[in-house]
Amino acid sequence: MSALLGVAAIAALVYFNQPEPPPPVEPPSDRVVLLPDENGKVGKVVVITEGAEQLLATAYAGAKVLTGGKIELATEDAASVQLRYGAALGARPQKAVSYTVYFVSGREELTPESVSVVTELKAELARRAAPEVTVIGHTDRVGKAEANDALSIKRAQILRTMLIAQGVASTAIEAAGRGEREPLVPTADEVAEPKNRRVEISVR
Amino acid sequence: MSKSLNASPFARFPSLAGLGLTFALAAGSALAAGEAGMIKTAKGSVLIERGGQRTVAVIGDRVMPSDTLVTGADGSVGITLRDNTRLSAGPNSVLSLDKFAFDSTTYAGELDASVKKGTLSVISGKLASSSPGTVRFRTPTSTLGIRGTEFVIEVPERGAR
Repeated sequence: MSALLGVAAIAALVYFNQPEPPPPVEPPSDRVVLLPDENGKVGKVVVITEGAEQLLATAYAGAKVLTGGKIELATEDAASVQLRYGAALGARPQKAVSYTVYFVSGREELTPESVSVVTELKAELARRAAPEVTVIGHTDRVGKAEANDALSIKRAQILRTMLIAQGVASTAIEAAGRGEREPLVPTADEVAEPKNRRVEISVR
Repeated sequence: MSKSLNASPFARFPSLAGLGLTFALAAGSALAAGEAGMIKTAKGSVLIERGGQRTVAVIGDRVMPSDTLVTGADGSVGITLRDNTRLSAGPNSVLSLDKFAFDSTTYAGELDASVKKGTLSVISGKLASSSPGTVRFRTPTSTLGIRGTEFVIEVPERGAR
């Protein structure tokens, strides 16, 4: 009898010592989650794999690439994204900020309002660890497009010189021109528009 | 790749009006010829791999096209590219900038980057909003075509594949 009990005990011990079956291993999957921007707007991402293609176009839409290139859709939320991607999101650089200055008509002189913009700009530079400044000149649509490219660059360079005179390090400033490509006020060709004769300054 | 990116569905979407203007106020800087961007945030271990050499990356360092960024277990890094694309990687990540070109006058150019492993947050810039089809992110199993947007990517650590 006791021998029988002993055998049963050993059998039970063996039984309970069986390793648990391993949990099903999820093969590693690349994932993508579309996020709303700071204004809640959502863009588009197309995920293309060997054999499948999936458009993501709604906030927190996620795609998981399975074996064989199959794409599984998953909807995430702000909390799950924070959990998985918090460190990457926390390392995002500051957004670029922009200022626009206007010139006194026909002169290389800023309007009085624009002078205070330069003061604001300097304060913003002081708030950033590694700031870069880009000044972009724009023109209206009077004259040829090529001539306006040259003029817009000249406007930007005038501002660059001003900023350096204000104490901004020259190595941190680049001047570029966009010609008449990007009017603030859209007009027909050859229309004079003071609002389009401007320089935009970006700090990033 | 069984499908060309030229066949991207983006071609079928109208341009995101207004986005161009939102970003328009800022443009790239090419203070050093051919540079892609600058390191704006860095925490823990962050290395830049360039031409086979690895150096410690610090805030303010230039990032060049074809650089690879590597973060350690305690690391994270944030980069702003010249077109205002903002990339940031979490710990244990490897991010390769495969191609970068941006013309601050025409906004023409291209951006190709791959996440070998880890996590990456992307806030797209002028390239994605002004020239559809010019911005691609890759993971070991997929290619992403981007149109003016924010998203995150995760690539798990893998054994031999």
